[in-house]
Amino acid sequence: MSGILVFAEHADGAFKSTATELIGKAAELATALGTTVTAAVLGDAPAADLGAAGAAKVYQAAGDFAAYDTGATTDALAAIIREAQPDIVLATASFAASDAFPRLAARFDSGMASECTNLTIEEGKLVGRRPMFSGKCFGSVTVSSSPALFTVRPNSFTQPASTGGAADVVAVAWEATSAALTVVETLATDSAGIDLTTADKVVSGGRSLKSVENFDKVIRSLASTMGAGVGASRAASDAGYCSHSEQVGQTGQMVNPSLYIAAGISGAIQHLAGMRTSKVIVAINKDADAPIFEHATYGIVADLFEVLPAIDAEIRALG
Amino acid sequence: MNIGVCVKMTANADARIKINGDATGVDMAGIKVVVSDYDEYAVEEAIRTKEKHGGEVVSFTVGDKSNDKLIRSGALALGVDRSIIISDDDAKAAGALGVAKVLTAALQKNLEGCDILFTGKASIDDGSAQVGAMMAELLGWAQVTKVLSLEIDGTTFKATRQMDAGVRQVVTGTLPVVITCEDGLNTPRYAKLPNIMKAKRKPLAQISVADLGLDAAGVAPKASTLRYELPPTRPAGRIIDGDAATAAKELVRLLRDEAKVI
Ligand SMILES: Cc1cc2nc3c(=O)[nH]c(=O)nc-3n(C[C@H](O)[C@H](O)[C@H](O)COP(=O)(O)OP(=O)(O)OC[C@H]3O[C@@H](n4cnc5c(N)ncnc54)[C@H](O)[C@@H]3O)c2cc1C
Ligand SMILES: Nc1ncnc2c1ncn2[C@@H]1O[C@H](COP(=O)(O)O)[C@@H](O)[C@H]1O
Repeated sequence: MSGILVFAEHADGAFKSTATELIGKAAELATALGTTVTAAVLGDAPAADLGAAGAAKVYQAAGDFAAYDTGATTDALAAIIREAQPDIVLATASFAASDAFPRLAARFDSGMASECTNLTIEEGKLVGRRPMFSGKCFGSVTVSSSPALFTVRPNSFTQPASTGGAADVVAVAWEATSAALTVVETLATDSAGIDLTTADKVVSGGRSLKSVENFDKVIRSLASTMGAGVGASRAASDAGYCSHSEQVGQTGQMVNPSLYIAAGISGAIQHLAGMRTSKVIVAINKDADAPIFEHATYGIVADLFEVLPAIDAEIRALG
Repeated sequence: MNIGVCVKMTANADARIKINGDATGVDMAGIKVVVSDYDEYAVEEAIRTKEKHGGEVVSFTVGDKSNDKLIRSGALALGVDRSIIISDDDAKAAGALGVAKVLTAALQKNLEGCDILFTGKASIDDGSAQVGAMMAELLGWAQVTKVLSLEIDGTTFKATRQMDAGVRQVVTGTLPVVITCEDGLNTPRYAKLPNIMKAKRKPLAQISVADLGLDAAGVAPKASTLRYELPPTRPAGRIIDGDAATAAKELVRLLRDEAKVI
C-alpha cells in the first residue's frame, strides 16, 4: 500500500478544474509524505494530460460513464483501488463521489471523511478539516484504515502550475457486479454562465427580490458587472425568481468564493451552511437585526433596491 | 412491502454550538435534541409508502436510551409501527461505518422482507452523508441519494435525484433500494393527539450491539475526529452608514483597497 490516488472527473472531453485542483494539492501532500500521486479516470478522457497537474501515473477504466451510475462507478473505482493499492484516495465532493465513496468505504471496510475544506499532515497522517453542525464548528478527522477516503469541497485549493509532463496510463479491467439503475431523463439546469461552486465572487438575492424581473434587474446585472456567479436563498429559488440550481445552502450549492454579497437574505442557518467559508461577506438588509450581519465583513442597513444599483454604478465607474 | 427508516437524534439546527473543554467534542448541555431534519422527510416518505403499498414500517436508531420519548413523538405517533433503538456504549462509540453496520444488522434481524429503506441525505450534526450509501453496500442493494421525488410500482421504482449544479435526473430500478431523502421530497405531517396517545403502546425495543451478533471491535470507528473547533471568528463586521450612493461608494472602496477582492 502506498501513495495518494485522486478520482479525476471529466466532462465533454476535458478534466474538471476541480480534478486538477485536487491533484495539485495531492502532489504537495505527497511530497511531504514522501510518496507519489496517481489518478483514477473512468471512461474516455485524455488521461495522460493529468501528468501536467502532478499525477505520475493514471489508472483508466474503459466503459461508458457519461450517465452517472452508482454501481458502475463503485465497481470501476474498486478495481482501480485494488490495482493501485493507495493509502489515501481523494475526490472532489461532487454528486458522483459523495454517492459512490461511502459504498467504497463499506466495500473496503475503511473510514471516510466527507466534504473537507482543508487537508494537512499531522505527525505523518493526513488530516481533513471539515465543517460539522451546518458549518457552526469544524472537526479535524484522520482515518486509521486503508485506503483512507476523503472528499473535498471545490475551491478549497489553488490550481497547480503546470509541470508539463505526460503521465503513464494504465488500463484497468473491471466487472460490473452491483445493481444498476436506468437513467430515464436528465433535467439539465437552466442556469447559464459562471459555475457557482468554483466562482471567485458571488452575488445572491433572497425572498425580498419579489419577482424574476427584479432579480434580473438587480442581482444578475450586478453579478454581470462584477464577473460574479449568481446565487439565491431557498426562499428566492422556491418562489421561482431564479433557477433552483442557483440556490446556495445546505440543500443547494456549497460556495467558497473570496467575495459573497447577500442582498435581502436573512441569514438562516441552512443558508449560512452553504456560504459561511467565503473570505469576505457583504450583507445588505433593511433589518439591522438580521442574523446575516453577525457573519458579514461589511454591512449596509438599507433597501437593496437603492444600494445594489448604486454599487453597480460605482463599479462601472471604476472601469 | 416492508419498509425501514433510519432516524437519528441530533442537536436542533438552530442550536448554538460550544466546544467542550478539551476540544474533543461538542458540549451538548442545554441543547435541544430533535429528529435530524432530513430524517423527518425519511419518516414521512416511509409512512406514505406504507399508506400506498401496505406493509410494516420499522424505524432504527443508534443513539441514547433516552431517545425513546422522541422516537415515540417523532416516528411512532406519525405512523411508524415499531421502533428499535441500539443504545449501548459500543454503538455510541461507532463511527459512520460502524453505525451503518449496526443499523444493517438490526434491519436484517428485525424486519423480514424489507424492500425499501429510507435515510436522510445527511445528518445535520455530523453531516457526513455516508450512512445510507454504506448500508446499501452492506445490504448489496441499489441506492438513490438526494431524492426529490419517488414513485413505486410493484417491484420497480422511479426516483428523481438532485445532482451537481442543479441538474436533476430521473432513474428507475428494481427493489430493494436505499433512498436518501433530500429537502423537498415531501412535507412532513404533524402528530395528531389520538396518535400520540396510541404511540405510547406501540412496540419500542432497546437493544445492544451484542444482541445483533456484533462486537465492539467490529463496529469500532475507522475515522476519528481528533479535535473540534469553532470557525475562526470573523473580526466584527463594519456597518457602513450614509445614503445609498455614499454607502455604495464606501463599500466599493473598502472591497478594493482594504479587502482587495475586486
Ligand atoms: C431542511 C431545510 C433545508 C433548507 N435548505 C436551505 C438552503 O439550502 N438554502 C437556503 O437559503 N435556505 C434553506 N432553507 C430555508 C431557510 O431556513 C430560510 O427559510 C431561507 O434561507 C430564507 O430565505 P431568505 O433569507 O431569502 O428569506 P427571509 O428569511 O424571509 O429573509 C428576507 C430578508 O430580506 C430582508 N428584506 C426585505 N426587503 C428588503 C429590501 N427591500 N432591502 C433589503 N432587505 C430586505 C428582510 O429584512 C429579511 O431579512 C432550508 C430549510 C430547511 C428546513
Ligand atoms: N445514529 C444513527 N441512527 C439512525 N440513523 C442514522 C444514524 N446516523 C446516521 N443515520 C442515518 O443516515 C443518514 C445520513 O447520516 P450521516 O451519514 O451521518 O450524514 C441520517 O440522515 C440517518 O437517516
